[in-house]
This record gives sequence, C-alpha cells and structure tokens, in this order.
Amino acid sequence: MLPTLNGRLQTRIFMLVVFGGIITFLITPVLPDGRPGLPGFDGDFYRITYIILATVLVLGIVWELIYHVIQQFRWEKDWPTLFGLITAINEGALVWLLLDLGLVPGMVDGVNEGNLPSFFFWAFFIDFSVIWFIIWLWTNGPMRVPLIRWRFFGGRIV
Amino acid sequence: MIEPTAASVVPTTDPNTYLPAQPMPAGDLTDQMLATDFWTDELVAGAGIPIVDVPFVTVGSGIGSFVTVDYLRIAGVPTSQMRVLGTLDHPWQTYEYLTRVSQIPRGERLRSDSASRPDNIWGFPSYGFSEGVRNFNLKVLWGLFTEPIFSDYYTPKAGQAFETMEREKNRIGYDEMLVKGLVRIVRRRYGGGYFTILTPPEGASATKRVAFRSQYVHLAVGYPGLKFLPELQRYRTEHNDYRHIVNAYEAHEHVYERLLQQPSTVMVRGGGIVASRVLQRLMDDRLLKGAQTNIVHLFRTYYHGTNDGYGNEEDSRPGGGKTRIFMRRRGENGWAYQGFNYPKSVWGGQLKKQVRGLEGEQRAEIYKRMGGTNTPWRKLWQKQMNQGRREGWYTPLVGTVDDMQPNGERIVNHVRTAQGTVPVEVDFVIDCTGLEADIAEHRLLKDLLEHGGASRNPSGRLNVDRNFELIGTRSGNGAMYASGATTLGGYFPGVDTFLGLQVAAQEIYQDLHKRKFCKRIGPVRSTIQWWKWLFGSAP
Ligand SMILES: Cc1cc2nc3c(=O)[nH]c(=O)nc-3n(C[C@H](O)[C@H](O)[C@H](O)COP(=O)(O)OP(=O)(O)OC[C@H]3O[C@@H](n4cnc5c(N)ncnc54)[C@H](O)[C@@H]3O)c2cc1C
Repeated sequence: MLPTLNGRLQTRIFMLVVFGGIITFLITPVLPDGRPGLPGFDGDFYRITYIILATVLVLGIVWELIYHVIQQFRWEKDWPTLFGLITAINEGALVWLLLDLGLVPGMVDGVNEGNLPSFFFWAFFIDFSVIWFIIWLWTNGPMRVPLIRWRFFGGRIV
Repeated sequence: MIEPTAASVVPTTDPNTYLPAQPMPAGDLTDQMLATDFWTDELVAGAGIPIVDVPFVTVGSGIGSFVTVDYLRIAGVPTSQMRVLGTLDHPWQTYEYLTRVSQIPRGERLRSDSASRPDNIWGFPSYGFSEGVRNFNLKVLWGLFTEPIFSDYYTPKAGQAFETMEREKNRIGYDEMLVKGLVRIVRRRYGGGYFTILTPPEGASATKRVAFRSQYVHLAVGYPGLKFLPELQRYRTEHNDYRHIVNAYEAHEHVYERLLQQPSTVMVRGGGIVASRVLQRLMDDRLLKGAQTNIVHLFRTYYHGTNDGYGNEEDSRPGGGKTRIFMRRRGENGWAYQGFNYPKSVWGGQLKKQVRGLEGEQRAEIYKRMGGTNTPWRKLWQKQMNQGRREGWYTPLVGTVDDMQPNGERIVNHVRTAQGTVPVEVDFVIDCTGLEADIAEHRLLKDLLEHGGASRNPSGRLNVDRNFELIGTRSGNGAMYASGATTLGGYFPGVDTFLGLQVAAQEIYQDLHKRKFCKRIGPVRSTIQWWKWLFGSAP
C-alpha cells in the first residue's frame, strides 16, 4: 500500500467501523465462552467484543502515527503488504495485555479486572485475527473496486 | 502541395504563371492556415479539407490513448463520441517494439508493479494475483506477500500485459474508434474546441488531410525521439558506422549474433534498467550459449552506498548536501537500486501528495532528489554480475569518453577516468543511456508551443495542470489534455508508466465529468463495471 498519514487514519477508521462492525456482529455468537455449545446472541458478549473493537480503533490511531514515522525511513515511502499483516502481532498483543491487566474501560463485570481465563484468550484471538485478516485482504485488493480514487490518494476515503 | 518548409513557393498574383498541369490539390493545409493560431470553420472548409465532427479525440494510439479511452468507456461514453488518431494497429505496438529491442521479449518481466494494469482501471485482481491463482503458482503468491522485503518486487511478464490489453481492447470496442494516420497539427478553433489535422495513409481518403473538429483533445504521443550520446552520434556519422555503435532502443540483434560467432569485447554504457537488461542478454548468451564475450561496463556515476538523485553519500554533491536519512536509497557496485523508475509512493502515496503541492524550484528539487539513473536489485542479475567479476569477463569502469577512434573493425574509446585517460578497445558499443529527445523535436508539439498556447514546465516538457489539462491551450468550452513522457516534470512525477497513464486518465475523466461529457464512476457504477470487466462484457 501507499498510504499518507491522513489516508491511513481514514482507512483504519472506515475499515474497523464498517468491516469490523459487521464481522463482530456475525462472529460474536460463535466465539468460545468456556461452556459447552455456542453462546448465541448475548448482550454482554456483544458489549465485550464491541469494546475490544473500539479499543483496537483508538489504539490503532496511535499505531498509525508510529507506522507513519517508520515509513519515513523507507525510500519508497510505501507500506509493504507484509507489514499490513504482521502488525496484527504487536497490536493484538497490546490489546490483550490491556485486557488481561483489566485496563480496558467499560468491560462487563467478571472480565473487567483482568486475569482472564484461557477460553477468553481464544475468543479474543479468533475475534481479532478474523477481523484483521479480512480487513487486510480487503484493503489489498477489492477495496480498489468501489473507490477508484482511493489507491491514488494515499488511502483517503473523503 | 505547400509544405511549411517550402515557404518560398509563393504563388504570384498572375494566374497565368500558375502551373496549370499541377493544380494545388484541394484538401491540404494552406500557408494562411499555418500562420493562423485560431482557425475558423470557413478557413478549414475553404482549403478543401473535409471536417469530421466528434466530441473527443486522442492523438497517439499508444498505451496512453488506450487507457484514456478505456476510462471514458467505463464512464459511459459510447464509441461514437471518441476517435483514436494514430499510426498503430494496436496500442502496445510501439511499446512492444521498444521492449523487445531493449531485451524484454514477451516471456521476460517488465518493470512495473503488480497493480499497474493498463487493461484494468482498478488494478484488481493484480497481475501477480491473476498469475498466481491461474497457474496455482505459490511462489508468485508468496513473492507478492513478502515483496519487497524478502523477495524482489513482483513484475508482470510482457506477454501477460499484451494479452490482457488485447482482451480489453476488444471489450471496449477500441477498433471502432481507431482512425489510422499521422496527426500533423492541432489548432484552436475560433468559437471553441479544436481542429486536429490527420494525414491518413496514402489512398485511404480522397484528400490529403482530414480535419477532426472536437471539443476535447488528448495527446499521448509517447517519446519525441531517440537521444544519442553526442560522441556516439558523431562517430556514427563521421565513420558511417551504424553496425558497431548501437542504441539499445534500436534493433541490434546483429550484435548478439556476431558475439555468438566470434569472441569479442562489448562496451555497455549506462547504469539504468536498460543496461541491466542488455547485460543480462550478454551474460545469458555467454553462460548458456557459449559466447566468449568480454564486457566493459562504463558508468558515468558510480554508486556505492547510500545515495539519492544528487549522487553518492561521499562524492561531491553540488547543491545536494548530505543524503538525508529519510530520503536515501541503496547503491552498490556502481548501481543505484530502486524497484521502479521512481520511489513507489509517487503513484499514490506520500510522494505523490507532496509533489502535487509543490511549484517551480521546489518541485524541480524533489524531482532531482528522487531521480538519477537507477535499476532494480534482482537476484539473477546480482548472481550473473558476481560471477562475471569473479571470472574476469565483466569489468566496470567509471568515467566519460573523450574521443573515439576506429582501429580496423574495432573502436578505441579514450575513457577519462579519475586515474587519467585510458584507451579501451572494443568491438561494439551499446548505448543504454537515453531515449528521450526534446519535445520540440516533435512537429506536433513544436507547433503547440508556437501556435497553440502550450508552454514548458520546469523540466522543459509540456506544462500540464493537476488535471492534465495542457496549460494555456484552452479554447472556449473546449479543453486539451496531455499525458505520458511529454509531460514529465509536472505535479505528478510517475507520468511515463502504465499506472501514471492511468492516474492521468482518471484525472482527465474527472475533469470531463465536471464538463458533463461522461458519467461519474461512483462506487455503484464502478462495481458494476468491474463485474463486466471480469466477465468480458462490453462496458
Ligand atoms: C523499454 C521500455 C520499457 C518500459 N517498461 C515499462 C514498464 O515495465 N512498466 C511501465 O509502467 N512503463 C514502462 N515503460 C514506460 C511507458 O509505460 C511506455 O513507454 C508506454 O508505452 C507509454 O505510452 P504512451 O502512450 O505514452 O506512448 P506509446 O505507447 O509509445 O504511444 C505513443 C504513440 O504515439 C504515436 N505518435 C506520435 N506522434 C504522432 C503523431 N503526430 N500522429 C500520430 N501518432 C503519433 C507514436 O507512433 C507512438 O506509437 C517503458 C518504456 C520503455 C521505452
């Protein structure tokens, strides 16, 4: 990708809100909850997953600033496809750390104080990875189809 | 017939002195026309030149014309509203010629990225994705995923580009729009729009010229001409020797044929992609076909270590200062390494945005800093050159040539190096230094500079605005646009590439949409059109 700072932020917000929002809605009912069977539709679970999504978004804005600085060291001023995928590792790890330390505000009782059980980790892992992967795939190709100016303007949407 | 160069042939006032046996054929340009900047309809009709009305014409019929009409077709313009004027049978003809002679036959890879697809305005699926999926080639897909960190940038094979362009050409009804001929001149029309004068092939029309009266004109005439190093040109003409001194953009297969038969020494001049290609050919022939060729590779600037368009880190860099930590590229063994002909983000990211906001001096400065001759780092090329250095048949040399003298069949080059002048005797010289001549060497462009209101940008090429309108040429409600190599130096650096031509086409489409010539390609239209592209149905 060839992002500008403005384009990075816009794409990040757009993708997480649109794709993140839809995928979270679809995936939450099938994430592991530590009990047999699927959890199904449950307000508390939705609250957790949407707060995680919001956390990724807010932290992501800071991450994008850091990525932008890193990009300055590259002669091409591009952001290789690979980077777009592997940054899932640092971003995911940070969000998990904050969750595990109970530092993410607004979580429901029982998971708001950290020390989370392992099924919760797997639920987080699946949720986060699926959203990340789909967004990564989409931004590296199909996104160019509806928005013909997007790729020529550093990833800006408006 | 009155040619502008034969202006001394002026008819006298006495009709008896006219040559009755050779009446001036009707339908040609007149002196009065050539001297007039704005033509009236009567002026053109009075010369007997038939007038064809069409709202949009594009001049060139190369890849630039093709991607522009492709965009407009997708934006809903019917073929009847556009004409492509040029001499080519198909858009990639000149390009295929230039790539083939400069050693990129159909099976070799080009130098542009996976999403630079002249046949697909979206760049999706990219060439690499198509190639990887179609042949289930995991290596290609892995390369795409890890480029440019763990693998070289993916670049498409020339053949793939031609075949896909052919498909798109047929899909959009390109041939219905093509009118063959050479464009002699474009002049503004009194009352708005333009007259484009075409000279059709002999016998194709009743008159010598045909005029296209249009509201819009687009120029994509490619390279104005070949440029030779002056000392090479001098040697060629003085000694009438066009066999031993060749330009890489001329057909020069005879050189390689000779090298297979007879052990020889070749001097390659230049440090760009074409030099890399020619070296690959020479080395392939040596390693695979047994040619006994020694190669002397003459660099003018020898890169070693970090550099930018001003040169090496350590060398004296007039006006350049030190290389900047945020703006420097790798260099080694003489070469400056860079994936494409500009840093990649000029085609859509940071550098594109930055240059778009710069004027005059500042713009020229960043062009200079990003520029300089360079070539991609490719595994195969590294391997061959290393072997050549080790085995002593590839010798890089740094300097310039002061003089060239014949010695029997051979040529002695007096090369001025840092250690003094040394004679280097070789059998052939292949010049890989330049393709582009001045725009005024192109008759049509020269005329636009003199009579059409066009001007030059800080780099001496055609001055276009951010929307690729040719500044100063507006005519009433009409507009003239230009894209490609002739516009280098403007608000967008990557003009002379597939993607650059598409960036330009998008800006032109956008401007024409504002002028209500075409529909908007919004998300819905774009998506529907993409599906049509996928299934190969007409736009
Ligand atoms: C060797 C080489 C390799 C390249 N490789 C790449 C690459 O890998 N990737 C990439 O993106 N770009 C590449 N380019 C750059 C560029 O994309 C191509 O050169 C491309 O063909 C430019 O398109 P164009 O329409 O500007 O010119 P062309 O395709 O050359 O078409 C212009 C045509 O206009 C015609 N013309 C000129 N004057 C007149 C006139 N008065 N009347 C009628 N017709 C006229 C000429 O006959 C010419 O054929 C390469 C260029 C070269 C030379």
